[in-house]
Amino acid sequence: MNLINMEKIVKVYPGTVALDKVDFHVKEGEIVSLLGENGARKSTLMKILYGMTSATSGKVYYKGEELNFKRPIDAIKKGICMVHQHFMLVDAFTVTENIIVGSEPGSKGFVDIKDAQRKVEKLIEDFNFNIDPHSKVADLSVGEQQRVEILKVLYREADVIILDEPTAVLTPQEVKDLFKILSKLREQGKTIIIITHKLKETKAIADRVVILRDGKLIEDNVKPENVSTNDLSKMMVGREVDLRNRHPAKNIGKVSLSVKNLNIVEDGKTKIKDVSFNIHSGEILGIAGVEGNGQTQLIEALTGLRKPDTLEMTLNGKKIEGSPTEILEAGIAHVPEDRLSMGLVKEMSVMNNMILGYHRHEEFCKKYGILNRNHIYNYADDLREKFSVKTPSVDSAVNSLSGGNQQKIIIARTFNRDPEAIIIAHPTRGVDVGAIEYIHQQMLELRDKGAAILLVSADLDEVRTLSDRLLVIYEGEIVSESLPGELDEIEMGLLMTGGHSMIEESETS
Amino acid sequence: MKIKGKSLKSLDMKNAFINSLYALVFSLLLGMVFISITGYSPLDTYRAIFVSSFSSTKNFALTLSQATPLMFTGIAFALAYRVKMINTGAEGQMYAGAITAALVGAYITNLPGIIHIPLALLVAAAAGGFTAGIVGYAKLKTGANEIIMTLMLNNVVIFITGYLANGPLKPEGSGVGQTERIQESAKLMKLIPQTQLTIALLIVIAVAIILQYMLDRTVFGYEMKVTGFNLRAAQVAGIKVSKASLITFTISGAVAGLGGAAMVLGVNYRFIEGFSSGYGFAGISIAALAAYSPLAVIPAAFLIGILRAGTITLSRTTAIPIEVVDVIQVLIIIFVAAPSMIRAITGNFKKLVTKFTSNNEKSGGIEQ
Repeated sequence: MNLINMEKIVKVYPGTVALDKVDFHVKEGEIVSLLGENGARKSTLMKILYGMTSATSGKVYYKGEELNFKRPIDAIKKGICMVHQHFMLVDAFTVTENIIVGSEPGSKGFVDIKDAQRKVEKLIEDFNFNIDPHSKVADLSVGEQQRVEILKVLYREADVIILDEPTAVLTPQEVKDLFKILSKLREQGKTIIIITHKLKETKAIADRVVILRDGKLIEDNVKPENVSTNDLSKMMVGREVDLRNRHPAKNIGKVSLSVKNLNIVEDGKTKIKDVSFNIHSGEILGIAGVEGNGQTQLIEALTGLRKPDTLEMTLNGKKIEGSPTEILEAGIAHVPEDRLSMGLVKEMSVMNNMILGYHRHEEFCKKYGILNRNHIYNYADDLREKFSVKTPSVDSAVNSLSGGNQQKIIIARTFNRDPEAIIIAHPTRGVDVGAIEYIHQQMLELRDKGAAILLVSADLDEVRTLSDRLLVIYEGEIVSESLPGELDEIEMGLLMTGGHSMIEESETS
Repeated sequence: MKIKGKSLKSLDMKNAFINSLYALVFSLLLGMVFISITGYSPLDTYRAIFVSSFSSTKNFALTLSQATPLMFTGIAFALAYRVKMINTGAEGQMYAGAITAALVGAYITNLPGIIHIPLALLVAAAAGGFTAGIVGYAKLKTGANEIIMTLMLNNVVIFITGYLANGPLKPEGSGVGQTERIQESAKLMKLIPQTQLTIALLIVIAVAIILQYMLDRTVFGYEMKVTGFNLRAAQVAGIKVSKASLITFTISGAVAGLGGAAMVLGVNYRFIEGFSSGYGFAGISIAALAAYSPLAVIPAAFLIGILRAGTITLSRTTAIPIEVVDVIQVLIIIFVAAPSMIRAITGNFKKLVTKFTSNNEKSGGIEQ
């Protein structure tokens, strides 16, 4: 018998049918990968199960009993828990304190912290979590923080654990550790649902794959051992995709963007130390690294958002400095690292977002600073078509678009101006495979037109596939420069997590 | 799968206005409770208020002249809110505008009206703008909280003007705190004779149209909106956010200052201590009701004007306190500020209705 049965789930949002009669079931003790592109509505389906939103129609059964959750706490009481993509932890609390928040043991308003400690320690031991219950969450790595989140749901005696994009923020090694933990949980009889769009990982961990596309169920019983990642991506996207093939640069020209002696000290801490590099025209220089190793500061300095302590930057021999506008006008474009918080105004229309940053250009504003709305409309509509942004109209608000299409707006507005150099940060984070493929292709085209591209990404596959030269950044320093193929994934992962110092140490000793 | 391409932007705007409508309805409903406490029939009271507002040209003019200062302060709050700044200082900015308008109106003589009036208005706008501008500047430079600063500055301005009206500027033989009467040439033309309805109404409508146009059609308005919606994105896009915020906040103060001038040049013909019956704060609820769109402030203030004027008329013959309007205004803010509360109320109401109808029809399933 199925543990969970979701039958003919329909969810209608104003203007959109999000889920179209989706059937979904889970058996006890299996790891199901709910696979689909962003915007395939995987999360919506799981939010219905978890009580975060309600279905327009359809029924949900758990252990044969019909469920009607109003809010997540109802689901948690039944043993269905969710680990969110963005962690919800209190940095200043210890692991134990974070775990017990919301269901503290004790009575009469007092917390029995000893009892809590015992319980948490037992959990950590039972599941081999390898984490210190007394350490502060702020001191933990991202992977460890995720383990705290998982401990939190185990502490609440979850039987079914839903993980939303659990590997999005993890290094390759951390992914491995996570999978060990998940296997262990399965052995203990837990049921696990992973929401993901990552194929390799799906193949590595899932017992069964369920595929959603555009709110419809495509497959619900794919055995990962019987299919290749290519097959999976075909089912997910609905056509062949090409993500792994390299397209090396053919016409690398002279040095275009040159960065010398970049140093940034923030609150007394060195964030970037002596970073120098050149990017030639027609070349993609990739910077790989775990997030939080100075990439943000590096990008902010190069785009004028932050004043570095020292920096000499030239573009085709010309000295570049000043405000974001001055740098943009000098020919260095910017695709910011977080599209929603930095690149777009989600309350405004697609058309207004298509000119953001370029809105002072003469073609968009007539005399006296009056916007030329007809031209902006036509311009935006052209870009929508040229960069295949899926939107009902350029009048629609950006927050009604999927992540991939939102990102395409940024790509469209920057790439269309043919920048001489461009700084691109995490261009495909949280974006579906179809859009990834498209964005990569656009980047290669821009490169082949002669642009110098700096690609900063936490996605190792992405930097490895696209870059013509590769740097690894660790704690604000460039620790390695290599050509594609010189280093394998493991070596890169090691460098990204500070492995170079170990290598150096063993060499010197 | 998309149901036919309906522009979601206009949908958002529509939702905001529907939300405002609900807020108004609920506030009026709750207001009924307060009226019954005073011992009157709420329905009769409302009917009397609305009927009296439209019963004669004079009463209609009273409604509009009551609404006029609210339009100024409503626009002032709405505009600042577009860059996510809270201008709780409209009251003080109004006083600053009023005292300067009174000075220009009274002490500059021998000017034709066509110059005298614009001059007084301009000086008042500058005074209001300055009062707001220093707060905006302090926020930029030091990160000080504009809500606390404007609130405190209100007192500073009100007490200074109060001192002036009771001291150096007080006309001889006057019993109350006020300034000299303004020149004939500085008085605003009346739209309807023997009423307080003056061209101030036209001025505020023009201000609303100009600012709405600025918001929707100009580069500066565009940058304002980007700054208000997403500060970080504005910075990344190279928008000088501090400049945009400062200018917006100053304009906001200037509009409030104009409101003060309208009271002096059109209604009282002099600065009178304590002339504002809380216009500055009433502007907050009106801006909220108008979903922070300058142009929508005009009808929103008109609605509140109906309540105010009607209650004033009513209070002559009955004992219904004018504070009922204040209560309703505050309720409006609460409801507009809590859209989820409105959704909860309307949602439960819908459920009740569905339950009721489905029970009646004896059909088990809940439709939707």
